[in-house]
Amino acid sequence: MVRRVTIRDHILESRLFSQRSVVALILMVLLALILIARMTYLQVFSHDHFTTLSHNNRVNIVPIPPTRGLIFDRNGVLLAQNTPSFTLEITPERVADIDATVAALSKLIEISERDISRFRKFLQQKRRFESVPLRFQLNEEEAARFSVNRHRFPGVDIKARLSRYYPMGDLVAHSVGYVARINVKELQQLTDPSNYSGTTHYGKTGVERYYEKLLHGRVGYEKIETNAQGRVLRTLERIPPVPGSDLYLTIDINLQAIAKDALDGHRGAIVALEPGSGEVLALISTPTFDPNLFVNGIDQESYDALQFSRDQPLFNRAMRGQYPPGSTVKPFLGLAALEQNIIEASTQIFCPGWFKLESDERRYRDWKRRGHGHTSLLKAIRESCDVYFYNLALRLGIDRMHDFMSLIGFGHVTGIDISGELAGLMPSRQWKRKTHRQPWYIGESLITAIGQGFTLATPLQLAAASAVLANRGMRMQVHMLRATQSQHDARKVMREPVVVGQVPVQEPANWDFIVEAMRSVVHSPRGSAFRIGRDAPYQIAGKTGTAQVFGMKADEKYVSADIAERLRDHALFIAFAPVDEPRIAVAVVVENGGGGGSVAAPIARKVLDAYLLSSPAGFTP
Amino acid sequence: MIDLQGRGDSRIDGGVKHREYARKLHLDWPLVAGLLVLSAVGLLILYSASGQNEALMQRQLIRIGLAFAVMVVVAQISPYFLERWTPWLFCIGLLLLLTVLVAGDVGKGAQRWLDLGLFRFQPSELMKIAVPMMVAWYLADTPLPPSLKRLFVAMVIVVVPVVLIATQPDLGTSLLIAASGLFVLFLAGVRWRLIIGTTVTLAASAPALWAVMHDYQRARVRTFLDPERDPLGAGYHIIQSKIAIGSGGVYGKGWLNGTQSHLDFLPERSTDFIFAVFSEEFGLIGVCLLLLLYLFILIRGLYIATQAQGAFGRLLAGSLILTFFVYVFVNIGMVSGLLPVVGLPLPLISYGGTSIVTLMASFGILMSIHTHRKLMSQ
Repeated sequence: MVRRVTIRDHILESRLFSQRSVVALILMVLLALILIARMTYLQVFSHDHFTTLSHNNRVNIVPIPPTRGLIFDRNGVLLAQNTPSFTLEITPERVADIDATVAALSKLIEISERDISRFRKFLQQKRRFESVPLRFQLNEEEAARFSVNRHRFPGVDIKARLSRYYPMGDLVAHSVGYVARINVKELQQLTDPSNYSGTTHYGKTGVERYYEKLLHGRVGYEKIETNAQGRVLRTLERIPPVPGSDLYLTIDINLQAIAKDALDGHRGAIVALEPGSGEVLALISTPTFDPNLFVNGIDQESYDALQFSRDQPLFNRAMRGQYPPGSTVKPFLGLAALEQNIIEASTQIFCPGWFKLESDERRYRDWKRRGHGHTSLLKAIRESCDVYFYNLALRLGIDRMHDFMSLIGFGHVTGIDISGELAGLMPSRQWKRKTHRQPWYIGESLITAIGQGFTLATPLQLAAASAVLANRGMRMQVHMLRATQSQHDARKVMREPVVVGQVPVQEPANWDFIVEAMRSVVHSPRGSAFRIGRDAPYQIAGKTGTAQVFGMKADEKYVSADIAERLRDHALFIAFAPVDEPRIAVAVVVENGGGGGSVAAPIARKVLDAYLLSSPAGFTP
Repeated sequence: MIDLQGRGDSRIDGGVKHREYARKLHLDWPLVAGLLVLSAVGLLILYSASGQNEALMQRQLIRIGLAFAVMVVVAQISPYFLERWTPWLFCIGLLLLLTVLVAGDVGKGAQRWLDLGLFRFQPSELMKIAVPMMVAWYLADTPLPPSLKRLFVAMVIVVVPVVLIATQPDLGTSLLIAASGLFVLFLAGVRWRLIIGTTVTLAASAPALWAVMHDYQRARVRTFLDPERDPLGAGYHIIQSKIAIGSGGVYGKGWLNGTQSHLDFLPERSTDFIFAVFSEEFGLIGVCLLLLLYLFILIRGLYIATQAQGAFGRLLAGSLILTFFVYVFVNIGMVSGLLPVVGLPLPLISYGGTSIVTLMASFGILMSIHTHRKLMSQ
């Protein structure tokens, strides 16, 4: 065939088009035949099958929610479990007049306005054939009363659901957290909403929230055939749910209980870690609350009492409380100064009890009015000399202070596997320019060196920082999850410790020097925490801190009795022990507690004793 | 078989009176009749599916009336005029698509609408017609079949709007538009070797694509291809719709007597899944008659395409009618569980949708191409 390129062959084109049209027509007819074949298959050959399904019976698909994983402490003590509870549920499709049914039910069983409004909300989210909970937590009597009258209420059922229960109550409220009813917003944010079709609860805080995915599991379902009255005739198909994994936390409930007792009566927090692995042994924030109140909806009165309490029991001080770290930063800054060769271990600075910059008139006080006299770094840490560190700050400058403290972890979240951690603050020139639109003043460097001013740290960060010292610079990922165990193969999968990084130093002996200085804080008679070191059967390295809440004029004298309790200093203490082979690192913060050495250190000692002196396993309540 | 060739000229001397009127109105009466019957059937079944909801019927009646009016208006526009303005229309469409991406309203989680103050407008609807027009316009410029270079450019014309619409994201419409563009290429006479080669290559690359996909993506594709895997989500529609269809049997349960659909079991029963209601109530016989009605419209449309003068009209008419078939096939295939669930309505039967106006506009173009023939040849 000769193809002409420039001159159009209309007849050829038309013929080509017609050929293609015929092909298209044949294809369309073929596809139409396929449709007819499919319809014949459905309407003729499977007709009986579908008629049965449609005419006499209906097929319901009922989601079966998976059982939520349990939570244990490191020794297998149960922290969160599932207990059966009765729920009154309505399947909208089977009820002609929902309002009338609810009204009739309320004569039998107490149903509050809140129950009804919540029920309406659920009603909009669920399919008509899915049962919607109306009342939770029926007691035995109510369940019995309904069962007797059940014939009057087609489409209303009592279901035994599993409800979350925290046997340890308020002891682990801030670490394990709690589940509560899933709300509309959470439902909308789910990536896989159908996985939650049968689920009523959702992890709201703590580990329950962080490991929601692991704990929840995978929904199953049942295709059931019911007759016109809704009675289940048979199960056509059952895909069982996959239960959520059990979690073993790093928490030692024994230690946790002792930590809580030690803090009793104070507002504050204790975090204890195993330095070598980054495992959290105890994490407590007081006052605390009973998480069981939240599981099935807390009543307004109890909630208000918690929410508006002056002591803020709902506030997780351990990882959301941001406090001025006070003198607990001194060992780290001392290390920074040694590393930068600004001073040597033997460098002496004279402390007259105050410090003055050339540029301004203000006197920066030492906590000790008469001064420490000639002071070395060891003495400065041991006795917490402020003037020594004012001098260091002047020589280091804020940039180097900020950079080194950031390496330790100040100003950054630890990345613990509990939702909601705050990052604290390690100020820098750049930060101040950005947030305050002001240059950095040298005076601010001085107070930063004693952990005041802008600097903020959480108890968790302080514990992690103390673990860094214990590890001689190795930073371990702080974590709560020790092992997971899926319920179908019952194999415990341990979580390996993760090294985050190593704080780089030029002279490793500097670590030893700082640790020795911290040991003398506790064990030297002049040390600021000697009262806990005097009779200690093991060696402790520690550092006290007393953080000002209340700004004072340069020459005012601090008399704690004169100051309202809420304005009193925060007491802080960080420590690790035993010094040679650290097994535990701890941070204690007592809000308005007064002195770090007098209040916080003895509390820390109780925790250290409990961990180091008791037999390792077994829970003795 | 229908004689698709060589009958066109016999009409020139057919001087029957109603054909004169038809010519003045620029309508093709067989097509109009088919569409009217289809709309009537649609209203009938919608009355049942909506639970005799009269307000809804009224809205649908107005919508159909509007759509027919648009068809009549479009039929008055001569294909010559259409051809001349094609590139402009396409460019405006592209611009609007870009505007939607930047400043569009988000409805149902996708960015498709453009708020023009008085009414909201979906530029992708315009592209349903503008894309095949543009490809036809471009290919009609030179002798057919098109050269490889022309083919490549034509592919670009198709792919650009398709990608823009797919990112809205509106996968159903973008696939439909891709199909309408590819139909033009097919009708323009792209070599069989090329068609088969491309199909085979695409099919062969699917396993490779599968291998590099993430697990969650695979799960999504699996649910898409087999919705019954997820009976609490997408699969619920299909299970219920199959029960409705299957229980209809050969003769159906009779108009207004469909139990499945009336007991609220079937979701979206007046929109995308209305075919299930139809099959339940009218049975296999009704289904065959409905398919015959669609086939009649399709054959008439295809006939119009073969009779068209000039490559532009021919290609455009052919592509539009084949796209119409895709609607029907995909919707019925989806409702009966043969194809994955994509949200395409059953043309002229499903309730609502701006797509009905677009659809009737394309029939208007078809009629215009058919009734303006003599004018062009003079």
